[in-house]
Amino acid sequence: MQGAGETRTAQRHWMNAGIVDGIVGAGALVAGIAVMYDSARMGAEWTGGTPQPGYFPFRVGAIICITAAVVIVRALLRARKGGAAFVPWARFRRVLAVFAPMIAYIAGIQYLGIYVASALFVAGFMRVAGRYGWVRCLAVGIVSAVVLFWLFEIRFLVPLPKGPLEGWLGY
Amino acid sequence: MDQVALLFHGFSVALTGYNVWLMFVGILLGVLVGVLPGLGAPNGVAILLPLTFTMPPTSAVIMLSCMYWGALFGGAITSILFNIPGEPSSVATTFDGYPLAQQGRAAEALTCAFTGSFFGALLGILLITFLAPVVAKFALEFGPPEFFAVYLLTFCSFIGIGKEPPDKTILVMMLGFAMAAVGMDTMSGLLRLTFGRPELMQGIDFLVVVIGLFGIGEILATMEEGLHFEGKAARMSPRVVLQTWKQLPRYWATLLRSGGIGCWMGITPGGATAASFMGYGIAKRFSSRSDRFGYGEIEGVLAPETAAHASGTSALLPMLVLGIPGSATAAVLLGGLMIWGLEPGPLLFDQQKDFVWGLIASMYLGNIAGLLVVLSTVPLFAAILRVPFSIVAPLIIAVCAVGAYTVHNSMFDVWLMGFFGAVGYFFKKLGYPLAPLVLSLVLGDKAEDAFRQTMLASKGSLAIFWSNPLVGCITTLALVLLLWPLVGVVRRAALNYGRPAPAARTPSASR
Repeated sequence: MQGAGETRTAQRHWMNAGIVDGIVGAGALVAGIAVMYDSARMGAEWTGGTPQPGYFPFRVGAIICITAAVVIVRALLRARKGGAAFVPWARFRRVLAVFAPMIAYIAGIQYLGIYVASALFVAGFMRVAGRYGWVRCLAVGIVSAVVLFWLFEIRFLVPLPKGPLEGWLGY
Repeated sequence: MDQVALLFHGFSVALTGYNVWLMFVGILLGVLVGVLPGLGAPNGVAILLPLTFTMPPTSAVIMLSCMYWGALFGGAITSILFNIPGEPSSVATTFDGYPLAQQGRAAEALTCAFTGSFFGALLGILLITFLAPVVAKFALEFGPPEFFAVYLLTFCSFIGIGKEPPDKTILVMMLGFAMAAVGMDTMSGLLRLTFGRPELMQGIDFLVVVIGLFGIGEILATMEEGLHFEGKAARMSPRVVLQTWKQLPRYWATLLRSGGIGCWMGITPGGATAASFMGYGIAKRFSSRSDRFGYGEIEGVLAPETAAHASGTSALLPMLVLGIPGSATAAVLLGGLMIWGLEPGPLLFDQQKDFVWGLIASMYLGNIAGLLVVLSTVPLFAAILRVPFSIVAPLIIAVCAVGAYTVHNSMFDVWLMGFFGAVGYFFKKLGYPLAPLVLSLVLGDKAEDAFRQTMLASKGSLAIFWSNPLVGCITTLALVLLLWPLVGVVRRAALNYGRPAPAARTPSASR
């Protein structure tokens, strides 16, 4: 839906606020249906004078579905009237410029450990978003990883996820 | 006076070297999260909470509550010097704070903001000291129906009082309840809403959700603004501080009014943000210089800060007494209480005197310490803000990731944090309130238990919610608040009656 809007009305209304509102509402509707489905599976009735485990969540799911429907209808009415863009592309690009590296960072934590991933993330982000020199980026990245290590591994004795480098260093 | 004796006992608990040290640590970290856009009190406390699991609960709560005070103080620094609210509750402070800084009166504005904050906090703490034990004694009589009715009242007042559209408020609230239900069901032992995923067996932790929604979501929203800080300089000197203090008694009426508004908005879950706007609006209406508001009027800084801090402080009253937090941060603290093995609610005042009164005493000490710390460290924190956001942003994200991981030492939680970061960004942009979600996530299990126990007692009849005058009043009041938005719709429809037809079709009429 986003793609279609982008080609039709070019830069200015690349993402209509009402349509985004509706998509988020639809996400909530799906969640509500899932909640109701799983609650019904466990039993959402009364048996032997007590409510079954799904009793409360089933009703919560039902209210989610009803309010999500209201949100969707109102959002679509708003979208039909036209209305403003959800966010201009130039600004949304900046959001993606944080979000995408963050996902890569989380994946990095899983495979490289949090210290190496953090150093790379901080250095890479400074390099790309701040256009600093490589030396300064790496310095800040490594120092923050070391501080993190000292604070958690040594000071608070809280083990954080580690990867091959820490294993090689004997941790 | 019973309370005074207990309070002095509290001072003896709070005034150990270790606790005073934690107080200062908490305040400095609090000011830091308050100053940094993208980090606020709720997720600052959420990140730090897992590190306190091994501490004695009293020391832990002292540190975390001091972090809360620090963040409330710190929000004013960015508002006044940079025209950027570091906390949502200090938006109103920018209206007059920044113009004052532009006129070179930043030091004066900051002194006012801090002192107003301190005064507001003091009112809130006095309220807690003397009112909380009374309410706790009263609430000891509460059974499951009463508790569920009070929960209902809390949630309905979000819908009735909140300025967000009611459909979205209800939606996030119910999503919070649904997330709270994920995992092992306490009564039947069955796994609920896990959809076969073993990671979901222990439930969705509210700390991870808070870090995602408030931390990552805030970073994404901040990046969208493309921040480049252009701050005004502030040179704090004891002379300016004393001079400003000398003219403050003139504004006693504003201070008391804002403090009163703040206390009220804190006890009812109106929140510090709403309180600060109300404080500002009312000060403007009553002031003889109301035309000067917005161009750098001292009163315009004093009023919102006093109200915000009074509200933030008194939000702890319902949390301690009834187990119902009045703000998002109080909700996180409440979750902390449960993790430390303390059951929030009226029994706390009876069984955990050291904890309760140690905390209350630490509020007095923490706010005095906070006032001194912020007055003396403004230049330091202003310097931190001059660090470019391209360095600060990845560091904040790394801290959030560590915070999310340490909750259960689980990588799944870090992914969950990323997901809720995206959710938080969209929710914020689309006008969904986040505080009700956190509240229902924290209270979900307790509310459900209260509901089930009530239904067990009444054999499924809802009439039990009107079975005695107390519970009947609370329930009725809750329903009135729930239906309050409809009154507005009907009134507007009545006003529109007889006008040309298209006016009735605007969807915004139902707002």
